[in-house]
Amino acid sequence: MKTYRSNIMLCGGTGCITTGSLKVRDALIAELEKRGLSDEVSVTLTGCNGYCAQGPLIEVHPEGIFYQKLTVADVPQVVEEHFIKGRPVEKLMYKDPALKSSVPAMKDIPFFSFQVLRALRNKGLIDPEKIDEYIARDGYMAAAKALTEMKSEDIISVMKDSGLRGRGGAGFSTGLKWEFCAKITGDVKYILCNGDEGDPGAFMDRAVMESDPHVVIEGMIIAGKAIGANKGYIYVRCEYPLAVKRLQKAIEQAKEYGLLGENILNSGYSLDLEVYLGAGAFVCGEETALMRSLEGKRGMPIPRPPFPVQKGLWGKPSVLNNVETFANVPQIILRGADWFKELGTEKSTGTKVFALSGSITNVGLIEIAMGIPLRTIVYDIGGGLPKGKKLKAVQLGGPSGGCVPAHLIDTPVTYEDIVKTGAIVGSGGMIVIDDSNCMVNVAKFFLEFTTEESCGKCTPCRVGTKVLKDLLYEITEGRGKEGDIELLLDLAADIGRSSLCGLGQTAPNPLITTIRYFRNEYEEHIHDKWCQTGVCKTLCTFVINKEKCKGCTLCAKKCPAKAISGEKKEPHSVDQSLCLKCRTCYEVCKFDAVSICPGKKIDKEEAAVCSEVVV
Amino acid sequence: MPKLTIEDIKKIRDDHKSVVTMREGNARVKIIVHMATCGIAAGARKIMTAIMEEMEKSKVTDVVVMSSGCAGLCSQEPMVTINILDNPPVKYAFLNEEKIKRIFKEHVIEGHIVEDLALVIGSEMSY
Repeated sequence: MKTYRSNIMLCGGTGCITTGSLKVRDALIAELEKRGLSDEVSVTLTGCNGYCAQGPLIEVHPEGIFYQKLTVADVPQVVEEHFIKGRPVEKLMYKDPALKSSVPAMKDIPFFSFQVLRALRNKGLIDPEKIDEYIARDGYMAAAKALTEMKSEDIISVMKDSGLRGRGGAGFSTGLKWEFCAKITGDVKYILCNGDEGDPGAFMDRAVMESDPHVVIEGMIIAGKAIGANKGYIYVRCEYPLAVKRLQKAIEQAKEYGLLGENILNSGYSLDLEVYLGAGAFVCGEETALMRSLEGKRGMPIPRPPFPVQKGLWGKPSVLNNVETFANVPQIILRGADWFKELGTEKSTGTKVFALSGSITNVGLIEIAMGIPLRTIVYDIGGGLPKGKKLKAVQLGGPSGGCVPAHLIDTPVTYEDIVKTGAIVGSGGMIVIDDSNCMVNVAKFFLEFTTEESCGKCTPCRVGTKVLKDLLYEITEGRGKEGDIELLLDLAADIGRSSLCGLGQTAPNPLITTIRYFRNEYEEHIHDKWCQTGVCKTLCTFVINKEKCKGCTLCAKKCPAKAISGEKKEPHSVDQSLCLKCRTCYEVCKFDAVSICPGKKIDKEEAAVCSEVVV
Repeated sequence: MPKLTIEDIKKIRDDHKSVVTMREGNARVKIIVHMATCGIAAGARKIMTAIMEEMEKSKVTDVVVMSSGCAGLCSQEPMVTINILDNPPVKYAFLNEEKIKRIFKEHVIEGHIVEDLALVIGSEMSY
């Protein structure tokens, strides 16, 4: 293999491709060619680096220098300064928000330095489309060990001992699941991978499949051997075209090397793998529905038991694991259960990948040791909330999860601690919610999602989620009635108990947790017709406090409806008939003079009283 | 392609090790070629190319090459600094292709400082 003195690892994840990393790649290659450096400096397109907020980004090895927000115009300077003269270009480096100084090395950037990479250990380090680079990082050595040195029981015993729990959301012991299936005798068994990531705001599995497709394949080989399966499918939603392409390419390469197919590594074990494209229905992430979809039927769940380990795909014993679960397997086999348990807590071992989004400075993908507090994720890795916004809650687990309120921000991120708050670790979606969000609306958003995605097979889910959603709609429109909260909770409990599958059973969770922690907001919406955040348009009135207003005219200038009037240095006022309730005046006022009052029609006197109350 | 054995995989791994070693940043030896205006004018490009050739020939997996700015002794360019893990850095001056090849063999691979070519051991104090 050709030796280069320097490698440019350019992020080719979906996020960076959107912001233009392919153009930057072409420019880099052309400029290196022009400067006669093509034989010395290589450009490699990697999978998602994780720091999506700062893309397009590159990491330059061996120095480990990190450049962000690159444009085609920056390329000549980077090549001239960095690769010819060896002077890193400071203006393109990461800036520490507190110090305002450039921090060149990736390991010094808080976003990266708090992370521990296991499932994502190859992200940004290898070209995902080259099997040789995967092998250079000890790739397929775990499969070799499992196939030639270990018996099925040995693999299962290591996995059970490692404590790895399913990363898809439910957190069931992976080793135990394999053991159940291995114990069932049957000539045909299936090993399946769930890549149907569907939670809003979640992109962990997408990143693993895009940046390291071979690790999924290797994990499946090991699992296949453990349970005795010779056929496997990777179920991926077609909305992930890059992941599909890379997985297919990886399977081809593995077949060519004889790492898939008949008699792998002369061990006597055979496994055939295929990628199956799903159409993107949320319910197909549920295991029994996924299997029906694989069979070519409509993606709908069936009652359990029998569990898929007994009767799964085409009625045969099957093990379905999530992408991230498989990504953890090879290292556990290679380094042992004790190594895996070094990180995490007793019941939540290892690391977990999270997709950080919402009101947060560093939107991106992170992997952390389980057990660190939520605060570290939000404030250190995530860089806190943007522009002085205040934390209200962190939403975990998507439509099946719930909100962890700001006062519980020190909760350690483990399966058992997060469940106590009413939320779940889930598959890893983490949405940061700031104080400009109305929690009734947040609950409504998730119920709208589950209502839409309910497959319609069972009544509690099909009708129940719609009733919940409609009730929430009424409340946000100012038609909430006494007793609505109790009705919501009662219904939520029934839907959770009686729905057929996980979708319906967990659909009420966002509602239940928002009522648990933000009941006052529900009450204000129902009794006072007041949405304090100004999100529910019919439940708010924007009023300017005469005493506080300095007449700076900023709000009048910014108001898109020209609803604010007043002379310079004189108190301003809002013409309610023109006001769009867009919150702009509230956001821009530097003197806290704008108040959000209840939504009913109010006269001047009332307005004055209200603004005092609010202040 | 015929089916691989475990030995084949190990061979692929070892053949490609150098690439990922560099990316992991865990190299045993770091060679710095001083490539400021003075260095480039004095012929640092040739030195860099020669090092790259030696790297490929010798198939080392634990050496990385970097370019860096002026070492301050412009009159003695081209210069390189060799950093071997846990050893003080060694600077070589007035280099040409022959000299760097010798340094690569004796110092980088075999680990002995080439005393007749070395300029200085250690580095300036920095605060």
